[in-house]
Amino acid sequence: MASMSTGFANQADQIFVVLKGAVVSHLPVILQPLVSAIISMVGVVAVFAGLFALTTVFERKGLGRMQNRLGPNRVGPFGFFQPAADGIKSLTKEDLVPRAADKAVHFLAPVVLVAASFLGYAVLPVGRNMVLTNLDAGVLYFFAAGSMVELGVFMAGWSSHSKYSLLGAMRAVAQMISYEVPLVLASITVIMTAGSLSTVDIVAKQAQYTGTIAHWYVFTPWGFAGFILFMIAATAESNRCPFDLPEGESEIIAGYFIEYSGFKFALFFAGEYLGMLATSALAITLFLGGWSSPFSFFTWVPSWIWFFAKLLTLIFCFIWVRGTLPRLRMDQLMGLAWKFMLPMTILNLFVAAAWRFVPGGLPVRWFVCAAMLVIPFALLSRGLRSEKKLQTRTYRFAE
Amino acid sequence: MTILFLILAVLAIVGASAAMAFRSAVHAILSLALAFVSLAILYLSLDAQFVGFTQIIVYVGAVAILAVFAIMMTRSDSAHHHSEVFSKSWLTGLVLAGGVFTVLAWAVLGDKTQHAAADTPAPVTTVTQIGEALMQRYAFPLEIMGLLLTAALIGAVVLAMPLLSNKSAANPAAKGDAR
Repeated sequence: MASMSTGFANQADQIFVVLKGAVVSHLPVILQPLVSAIISMVGVVAVFAGLFALTTVFERKGLGRMQNRLGPNRVGPFGFFQPAADGIKSLTKEDLVPRAADKAVHFLAPVVLVAASFLGYAVLPVGRNMVLTNLDAGVLYFFAAGSMVELGVFMAGWSSHSKYSLLGAMRAVAQMISYEVPLVLASITVIMTAGSLSTVDIVAKQAQYTGTIAHWYVFTPWGFAGFILFMIAATAESNRCPFDLPEGESEIIAGYFIEYSGFKFALFFAGEYLGMLATSALAITLFLGGWSSPFSFFTWVPSWIWFFAKLLTLIFCFIWVRGTLPRLRMDQLMGLAWKFMLPMTILNLFVAAAWRFVPGGLPVRWFVCAAMLVIPFALLSRGLRSEKKLQTRTYRFAE
Repeated sequence: MTILFLILAVLAIVGASAAMAFRSAVHAILSLALAFVSLAILYLSLDAQFVGFTQIIVYVGAVAILAVFAIMMTRSDSAHHHSEVFSKSWLTGLVLAGGVFTVLAWAVLGDKTQHAAADTPAPVTTVTQIGEALMQRYAFPLEIMGLLLTAALIGAVVLAMPLLSNKSAANPAAKGDAR
């Protein structure tokens, strides 16, 4: 009986892998690698584009709930077909290009942005044996792909020849450069501990159990701090509230993609959400054990369900934060990046190294490492707070 | 000489030449980024993952972005400012480039290990091995480089920081009016 149930669980877990294998095995041997790769790619693109559509409607309904209104509820049951209506609308809308715009760069910018946003998904394991490529330097690849997004943002902002889009692009690039540093430094702790840059290896290291609890890195002090820091930096990297200055609807209207309309606008929108989904998925891979279950008695739940459940939870947190926090000012944003995030991530590196060498049992290690993080955190926040001198604001161009 | 190599070689050469030929600085940087990316994919096709990804992170993610950032900050967009594509000192440049090419070609052709390496399979280098080499054998040079970069960083901060005695001249209102 037990073996039967585990057999069934295993089948449910591997159902997509088996299905792909069944399709591929009917083809001639020469075509097999190509078709296998194409099936996986189509799967990744379709699933995450679908998730993007779902996220937009979740976000609008969730924000509506938080702001005491209904949100979209006209198209389909509970308004869940809203993304389809939006898609048709953006496809049929006129594509306007400003006369002053740099035509070629203006056209290429959304292409570069969306292509770069999709590249990162190649190394994210969405389930057991479900990863497009297991690269030896997977995490490095992810950040390399992410750095190309900045170029797309700049291309959009510069080619539109509009001061709003240029301001938005400048803000976006400055923000992305600043927060890329803590993002990478926060993930280095995991790379150091796992001893590998391969996302598959990192998840496999976390899919082990002591008693009933999994070895997720988020359960260690440095992992918890790293996860929080990583998520703050990820929010800034994906230009979401409270770090949405590059878009700042009330000041620069929509930032770098103000001069885009129709489907190109939809592509920017998609690129932004895909970036958010990809960094969330990387956070899951690095800190939340990827596709593994938190407790050993839940391992019968298929791995891909765990992965997408975690992803939707993180997306909910993003929506929650957006509905809660006000937008930061530019100097506050930079101050947070360089005065708080950078020292804390560097400290976290030392704590992750100490975690390995502190003698004693697990409680001792936990206590020592947590103290190493909490005390400097308290001192740093106190120092940053005392630095602020509250005074009457003076405005340059207003009363 | 696979098809992939030919495509990448053409892209890299076209990108690099376009970077020199474009009048607009932004176009030049974007085509330079194209050349960088094709070089990175070339490294990847040679199984050098670390070098390939680092090429993208450093050259596209940092160098190209730094250049476009400088353009956005200074707004010295030369799209409407017509200057000659060929500078007056093109002959000197040509001689220098030819000299560099000759030296490099001489070094490559004179390398005896190259012919032997063609028969034996290329060694598999993982990121782990590179990391171990950097942390053990080349730890000292790595530290020196870290020190150098830290010094450069502090220098940049010192340059950007308004001088204490010069405080009144550096306030934002005065700067804005001057511009």
